[in-house]
Amino acid sequence: MSINFTLIIQMVVFLVVVLITMKKIWPVILGAMEEREKQIADGLAASDEADIALKKAQTEAEQIVNEAKDQAGTVRESATKMATKIKDQAKADAIAEKDRQLAAAVAEIEQESNRAKEDLRKQVSGIALAGAEKLLNKEVDSKVHADLLNDLVKEI
Amino acid sequence: MASGGIGGYIKHHLENNKLELVEGSTFWTVHVDSVIYTLITAVVFLGFFGYIAKNAKSGVPSKSQNFVEMIIKFVNEQVNDLFHYKSKVVAPLALSIFVWVFLMNFMDLVPVDLLPAAGMAVGIDYMRVVPSTDLNITFGMSFAVILLVMYYNFTKKGPVGYAKEYFGHPFEAKGPVGKILVLLPNTLLNTVETIAKPVSLGLRLFGNLYAGELIFMLIAVFTLGYGLEQLLSFGGIIMIIAQFLLGLMWALFHILIITLQAFIFMMLSVVYLAQSHDTGH
Repeated sequence: MSINFTLIIQMVVFLVVVLITMKKIWPVILGAMEEREKQIADGLAASDEADIALKKAQTEAEQIVNEAKDQAGTVRESATKMATKIKDQAKADAIAEKDRQLAAAVAEIEQESNRAKEDLRKQVSGIALAGAEKLLNKEVDSKVHADLLNDLVKEI
Repeated sequence: MASGGIGGYIKHHLENNKLELVEGSTFWTVHVDSVIYTLITAVVFLGFFGYIAKNAKSGVPSKSQNFVEMIIKFVNEQVNDLFHYKSKVVAPLALSIFVWVFLMNFMDLVPVDLLPAAGMAVGIDYMRVVPSTDLNITFGMSFAVILLVMYYNFTKKGPVGYAKEYFGHPFEAKGPVGKILVLLPNTLLNTVETIAKPVSLGLRLFGNLYAGELIFMLIAVFTLGYGLEQLLSFGGIIMIIAQFLLGLMWALFHILIITLQAFIFMMLSVVYLAQSHDTGH
């Protein structure tokens, strides 16, 4: 057991081994490890961001749904109003039509009855004239008595 | 198996495979077994980690990449705790020390006679398989670390700054007379410290692993030199059982030691390097 040249050899080999580790091993593996750490950190950050975005989207969706609900409510209300209005209008129209038709019918009836009266009157005056002719056995000059007859007709 | 009983067996196991570069010179000798096993462990370390680095992806890691990343993360945390300066060298150095020294120590868990016996079979007489039980190897690493420490002492603090720290600490004084008075004790203490650092760093690892290997050998000699007939006797069977249990216990305990020693070597190296970067004085 003595110190000899082996020591020098070992010193050189040691320094070479350290040099190789320094150049080829340590930075490569540590670099890969650090890169992975960064990737994981980025991934976590991205998932956090996505979480926030999701929450935002959920709030937005809720808001949109609420707005839609409000709008639907308004639409329904106005529709109901419109329906009522249309119904009322229809009712009013129907009543007006009824009144109009009624009035027309009444007027016609009146007209018919007036015409009938007129006919009746004419016939009565004819009958009266004929009766009178028969009664007098004499020709009555209708022209002479026309005024008289007309007065009579008016009285009937 | 070498003759000479228990003493001979252990002595044979503690003998390195030597190659004399210069005839008869103790210094110009190379422990071929130590060098080869450090190179094998270095290739295992660099090969495995290099393979993972080559195929490293930042996506979902494979199981082996995950394992390597676990070690790197552990080393990185330890370095960041102790070393607060920017350096491209210290963390990779800590990783190489931790894994490589662990692998060297791990050779201690290979059955103590397996590789030497295999070597004997192909004509290699001497073989020590645990490089960290060779003082040259542990000192080689600790001296290399201290060389780096010296380099950083000079480059980070500057020669003047380092000289001021060397001669002006730990005893501090004001005025020229005081400074001259503290010069001698400061120089003495810092010299001792500077020498003690690499020596203690190398000796700690060497001592722990050498003792561990020696205990494996002592467990191995339980049944040494027994014939088949003796081994199958009552006493022989007791010996085999005792050897197995002791070997198992020591191996399990040793897993802790080899990891701990690799860890301590790494931590102390980082501490020394951090001190060399510390310009606060």
